[in-house]
Amino acid sequence: MPEVQKEPIVERESVSRTLLVAFCVSLVCSSLVASAAVVLKPRQVANALLDVRRNILEVAGLMEPEGNVNELFSAIEPRIIDFETGAFIDDVDPEGFDPVRAARDPELSVAIPPELDVARIGRRPKRALVYLVRNDGEISRIILPVSGYGLWSTLYGFLALRPDGNTIADIVFYAHGETAGIGDFLTKDAWRAAWPGKKAYDGDGELRLEVFKGRVPADDPLADYRVDGVSGATLTGNGVTNLIRYWLGDHGYRPFLRNIQEGGV
Amino acid sequence: MSASPAKRALLDPIIDDNPVTLHVLGICSALAVTTSLLPSLYMCVALTVVASLANASVSAIRKVLPGSIRIIVQMTIIASLVIVVDESLKAFAFQTSRELSVFVGLIITNCIVLGRTESFGSKNPVGLSFLDGLGNGLGYSVILILVATCRELLGKGTLLGYTILPNVADGGWYSPNGMMLLPPSAFFVIGLIIWAVRTWKAEQVEQPEFRIHEVHRTEAH
Repeated sequence: MPEVQKEPIVERESVSRTLLVAFCVSLVCSSLVASAAVVLKPRQVANALLDVRRNILEVAGLMEPEGNVNELFSAIEPRIIDFETGAFIDDVDPEGFDPVRAARDPELSVAIPPELDVARIGRRPKRALVYLVRNDGEISRIILPVSGYGLWSTLYGFLALRPDGNTIADIVFYAHGETAGIGDFLTKDAWRAAWPGKKAYDGDGELRLEVFKGRVPADDPLADYRVDGVSGATLTGNGVTNLIRYWLGDHGYRPFLRNIQEGGV
Repeated sequence: MSASPAKRALLDPIIDDNPVTLHVLGICSALAVTTSLLPSLYMCVALTVVASLANASVSAIRKVLPGSIRIIVQMTIIASLVIVVDESLKAFAFQTSRELSVFVGLIITNCIVLGRTESFGSKNPVGLSFLDGLGNGLGYSVILILVATCRELLGKGTLLGYTILPNVADGGWYSPNGMMLLPPSAFFVIGLIIWAVRTWKAEQVEQPEFRIHEVHRTEAH
């Protein structure tokens, strides 16, 4: 028995054999991985798009449990805006605009000055893709994509404002990596329900909206600008406050919201 | 015990030779994904598929595989399978794949898979290796499902998202134990399961490596 086994083992260990086996294994494995990636790509892209659309519909208040997402989404009007002027840009097709890619492209994005970068995102695109919901031709909700750093991860969400550019209509977070069971209050309906009706800016135009540390007292004069925090997840709550501060600030959507308020768009 | 080798390869890893409770492997993912049952089920399927296919593939090339590169070749095969599984989840189970995040990718480093390809797949025929991978995947799944059931039920009062124990917050009577959703509780649950299995199957208890005994001063010199 040992004699039979011995011969192939010696041959098996030769350098040329080793290289050949390594090459063949790499070839087979790489073609497997490559073909899986290519074959599944369209489905994955469609899934990701569907998910973003579902969240936009959710925050637009148009989501129906059994509805077809793509059909419902046709009621929403995507528009490109310029951050600096706050005006709509009509010569760019919203369909082809990829905000994630734009944020990475040095030509299409700007570095956020460190003192303004409270949400810790580093760069933001020069243009943004926002969504408008219309009711009988009149704008009823303005949906703004927002993102910012929480405790462990970047939070991604959509903030919906009333046409006054000040009252919050809704907010959803669709991607985050915060602590399961505590930091994920972001995605809970109970917490989300506290947002509608809150105001972003006070009478003097000061941005006041924030996640409060703990429960907002009933007699708090700033109750209109404060959302209950979750104890144990203060830092995630601060992350939300910071991203609101950045995106609704002068370096964010403020110029655009001002234009909306003045009817100048 | 004269069960056929095929039956033993498939069934032994489920309790008698369980990768999690006896060999204490694959603990990292068992802690991470078991906060609720649904992602755990997907994780079980993913690991079982990878373990059985990797074991069979390694077995198929075991006679031509040079010993000097066998580990890296096994890793390459496992990694490729994991990528395919991960990409498929992203295409067909998008929401769950996002909950599982990096943990499907981390199957590559799961000791169960490499442990089986190295100790079983590289020495046994293809069919038997496939069954061994399948058995070990199922053994891992049994534990994962038990842990996830405990954690979701006690931590949220739900199973697969359906309410079983109505929460106080929603007008019920059950006050969820938030600690069950944190990683340490998975350690406790797995510990309790190992304890239970070893009480039932006493032959799984290892001999202590050291024994403390009293020494008289005179003996110590």
